[in-house]
Amino acid sequence: MPHLAIDNLNANYGAVQVLHDISLSVEQSEVVSLIGPSGSGKSTLLRTLVGVTRPTGGVVTLAGQPLDYRSSASLKQARDSMAIVFQQYNLFQNMTVMGNVTIAPLKIKKWPRAEVEANARSLLEKVGLGHKLNAYPDELSGGQQQRVAIARALALKPKLLLLDEVTSALDPELVGEVLDTIRTLARDGMTMLIVSHEMGFVREVSSRVVMMDAGRVVEVGPPDQIFNAPNQTRTRDFTSRLLAH
Amino acid sequence: MIEHLLSEIPRFFTASNVAFLAAAAGRTLLLSVAGCVIGFTIGFALVCIRQTHSPWLAPARLTAIAYIEVFRRVPFLVILFLVLFAIQVVAPTASLFTIALVGVCIVSTAFLAEIIRSGFESVPRQQIEAAEVMNFTRLQTIRMVVAPQAWKVILPPAFAFMVMFIKDTALASQVGVVELTFTGKVLSNRGFSATLTFGTILLAYFILSYPLTRLGRYLEKRLATSRH
Repeated sequence: MPHLAIDNLNANYGAVQVLHDISLSVEQSEVVSLIGPSGSGKSTLLRTLVGVTRPTGGVVTLAGQPLDYRSSASLKQARDSMAIVFQQYNLFQNMTVMGNVTIAPLKIKKWPRAEVEANARSLLEKVGLGHKLNAYPDELSGGQQQRVAIARALALKPKLLLLDEVTSALDPELVGEVLDTIRTLARDGMTMLIVSHEMGFVREVSSRVVMMDAGRVVEVGPPDQIFNAPNQTRTRDFTSRLLAH
Repeated sequence: MIEHLLSEIPRFFTASNVAFLAAAAGRTLLLSVAGCVIGFTIGFALVCIRQTHSPWLAPARLTAIAYIEVFRRVPFLVILFLVLFAIQVVAPTASLFTIALVGVCIVSTAFLAEIIRSGFESVPRQQIEAAEVMNFTRLQTIRMVVAPQAWKVILPPAFAFMVMFIKDTALASQVGVVELTFTGKVLSNRGFSATLTFGTILLAYFILSYPLTRLGRYLEKRLATSRH
């Protein structure tokens, strides 16, 4: 049984349909990447999964449980087991690094303080920010803020991690440090659904790649298939243009 | 002219006149402070109601919006008269001061709510989404994320409004509350020089509002240097 199963998911922005019958699945400890041109619905899919954008049709099943986005109890339960990292980090500007990472476990999950703080320290150490615990977000570089955002998501001990173009707002020199963090997570067996434009990275870290275009899934397959021998001409057009750079 | 004014000063600042003025200043101060404190509290609550999303709170949301939109657009004096006549139906024994106080709070609530709302909206939407997906409730998001960042944006216009508001309470004299402006009319009717009387009242308004301006500047400066 897959950890996350998406079946014929639809979503709209106003009158415009932005997701058309999306179906895909993510197994336990699997890393699945979403690729495709801008506006193809990759970020919208992640935002819909966490319920920031509400689906207009289809079924999402998380750990065997069908998710009802109209029920706040069901949505709350689903959000309890998944975490998302946004492209723009979205850190709380009024809190220190430590505050950002510990607030939800302490105040929302109500886990014991000593345990939460020890875990936050070790996570921040792991992403290379053990020396920035008391810094505020606006004192950090983009790459550092993005790693705090990843630590904040991990502090919630999610069963599923969604990463939305976590490197695209960063300077090229900072991309590497964030990708290293994600690589480590993949090695540790974290189940992840990733939106990324870093094709070399996608190829290396994913077990399956999903090609999206105009709100539809064009093709799903292992990285070798998608990048070397795609079945669809749309996929070939997209990957060949990228690899030509 | 000047000599005439100077010669009148000892006759004007008698113990009874000063007590009369001080009591009136106290009423003006009470109207202003109560208006700002109550207005800020209810205004804050209205903004919180506007931030909710659940369908069964829709009537409360609409009421909050209607309240803010209507009472910011009606002249203060009209509201005072409205309260004056409306209150006689529900509480015929209410004092004029109570009537003025209710009118003052109705207006300050609407204006301060709007100032607080624009402060809330200065906090980037994405931070609120981040809180939402971590299962913060609306109120937790306001308390832990939005309000701590919105203060800086709310303070300057809120203090500017409050300073203006002290002067606006002069309109309470129109429904017969013996506040500063009213005493001006009384004293000049008693034959004291109008220049001297209203000059004194000008000074009294200044003494009431200047400390508020200073407090506002102090808080702004403190917030600006702390940054967070």
